[in-house]
Amino acid sequence: MITLAHGAGGEQTRELVETLFLPRLKNRWLLEGGDAAVIDPLRLAISTDGYTVSPLFFPGGDIGKLAVIGSCNDVVVSGARPRFLSAGFIIEEGFKKADLERIVDSMAAALEAIDVALISADTKVVPRGSADGIYITTTALGEQSLSPLRPANLQEGAVLVASGFVGDHGTALFSAREEIGFSGDLKSDCAHLWPLIEALIQAKQIPLALRDATRGGVAAVLNEWAISSGLCPLIEQAAIPIRKEVHGACELLGFDPLTLANEGMMIAAFRPEQAQGALATLRAHPTGAHAAIIGTVGASHPGKVVLQTPHGTARFLEMPAGELLPRIC
Amino acid sequence: MTAEELHFRAFRNPEHIRALAALIAQQAQGLGPVRIMEVCGGHTHAIMQHGLHTLMPENIQFIHGPGCPVCVMPKARIDQAIALAKEPEVVLVTLGDMIKVPGSDGSLADARAQGAAVHFVYSPLDALAIAAKHPDKQVVFFAIGFETTTPMSAALIESAQRAGVSNLLFHINHVTVPEAVSAILDSDDAQIDALIGPSHVSVITGAQIYQPLVDRFQLPVVVSGFEPLDILEGVHRIITQKRAGEAKLSIQYTRSVTYEGNPTAQALIARTFKKRESFEWRGLGAIAQSAWQLADRYSHLDAETIYADRFEANPREDHQACLCGTILRGAAKPTDCPLFKHPCTPQNPIGSCMVSSEGACAAYYRYGQEVRL
Repeated sequence: MITLAHGAGGEQTRELVETLFLPRLKNRWLLEGGDAAVIDPLRLAISTDGYTVSPLFFPGGDIGKLAVIGSCNDVVVSGARPRFLSAGFIIEEGFKKADLERIVDSMAAALEAIDVALISADTKVVPRGSADGIYITTTALGEQSLSPLRPANLQEGAVLVASGFVGDHGTALFSAREEIGFSGDLKSDCAHLWPLIEALIQAKQIPLALRDATRGGVAAVLNEWAISSGLCPLIEQAAIPIRKEVHGACELLGFDPLTLANEGMMIAAFRPEQAQGALATLRAHPTGAHAAIIGTVGASHPGKVVLQTPHGTARFLEMPAGELLPRIC
Repeated sequence: MTAEELHFRAFRNPEHIRALAALIAQQAQGLGPVRIMEVCGGHTHAIMQHGLHTLMPENIQFIHGPGCPVCVMPKARIDQAIALAKEPEVVLVTLGDMIKVPGSDGSLADARAQGAAVHFVYSPLDALAIAAKHPDKQVVFFAIGFETTTPMSAALIESAQRAGVSNLLFHINHVTVPEAVSAILDSDDAQIDALIGPSHVSVITGAQIYQPLVDRFQLPVVVSGFEPLDILEGVHRIITQKRAGEAKLSIQYTRSVTYEGNPTAQALIARTFKKRESFEWRGLGAIAQSAWQLADRYSHLDAETIYADRFEANPREDHQACLCGTILRGAAKPTDCPLFKHPCTPQNPIGSCMVSSEGACAAYYRYGQEVRL
């Protein structure tokens, strides 16, 4: 039986992919397991994602903007410039036309902002009750600008950078749900990451590895890197950029900001001699204005992530487990 | 930086944490073992999250207490929640921590996946909106928690009566701290030298509820806040008492807790609920006067009696190797359990201590492995 946990992006999602999808559908591209598949001879990167976010409209974005940016960012972190998008809409009977217009307008604005063309789309309407408003699935296609960035490229001594505040999207989404009833100015960080990569390429500050910290947040990215590189990311708790609203909400609700989803923030690893320069490049762009060095890659505990507190204790930062927030993307 | 933020950070000041830890280590020299039970699961998580146990000298040990409402619920109660949720006309409303707790046959999450109507809320008062949204359904609020959440359930019951809500029933599982701690201190395997008293519970009840424990068991009780410096100051006060050979009740968390507590909330509880003769706790067994049920004037709203014929009498036994009960008594650590991590995890919990955000096993899973750099 499929439960919500199978879609939460954690351990059970991985298990479903590995035991059900991969055995039946595997090929060399799927087995790479990256955010996007890179079709080498054609220098193309492609990524598909479905969007079921609730609520549909949230501070800082909506399902339309998210459906464009989410899939494009998956292509971006593979080192490709997004060029084309296809989209499938599943709409519940009775959905307001005005809301659909608002969503599509928002998609159009997001596409225009990074010069991506929507070249194929499909619409299906299902009977009332068979879907919750609207679901959108998009596929982004990008031109490979860098050789694919793989965690295997990580090396000891590499410097880890967060390109912005951590946990904004997850907290904003959660706060926007009526049952929580928080108020505040917190917005989702939903933003294109291509301009940041473009700036890094121009400055010849090519990251060793790159990942957008979506579902599972920073903790998931760093743990995946630790496992696939056999190294040990060391993170300074006090260096992680977290807004005080996010910190406060997490204290209240018992969440760890490092496990919350982001939609416009990536973790990048740089060679030590390039780290300060890359940080300056990121900070020069509005999306990277709050970028910070959060740690380094060590080798003391292979396959694990170590979090160091400012008062001198340390613990492992585990892969996010337990109940993750459903329908955040 | 705002004043608010300064206030927040002040209780995590790294220099102060290091200094206080050093002072504790110095003053604990020459004392025998000091085994401190932090009763509340919130304290357990704070200790593990901030690594405070790794700052303690060898003779100071934290023992994790039963203060996790989900963890102490026996399977029979979880089974009742699932049975209620499976009734076709019932919409079950409960707090989020309940979602994955394993009953005899699956959890509420599993029941929901099979089509049962289950809503998870952060505030009990949200049950009013759910009742209004489903006028043709029988909404049942499955109430759980220690003294902290008891007044919220009471407020829900009073609000529903005032508003004339006719489709809202209650299944009450509210339990009380002093009786459970008393049972642990009375048990044969108890080796506890001092208590860190729960903070949120004490906001409601006042620190007064621990005075009988201090008098009877002659051990220091310090009601502490949840921040690292609060907990360390609590430990420091315990060590100071130990050095002086004293056993006193002390409130460290004075910014929220008084000796008397919140009389309005206490009155609300008193007029809404009455004590059960006895209540079965997971791991601790039956404890007299340790839980609430609806007061007589609300007995017609009690889902426990209305649906009594739908409940199975015999819950399936816990997994034989699961140490949840022993851990709740403070007589074992999560890492002593042969199931810990393999196969028991927060995604696939075998015992309730692995489920709740306040459970000791969940804290160890998330933060527990000590790192020496």
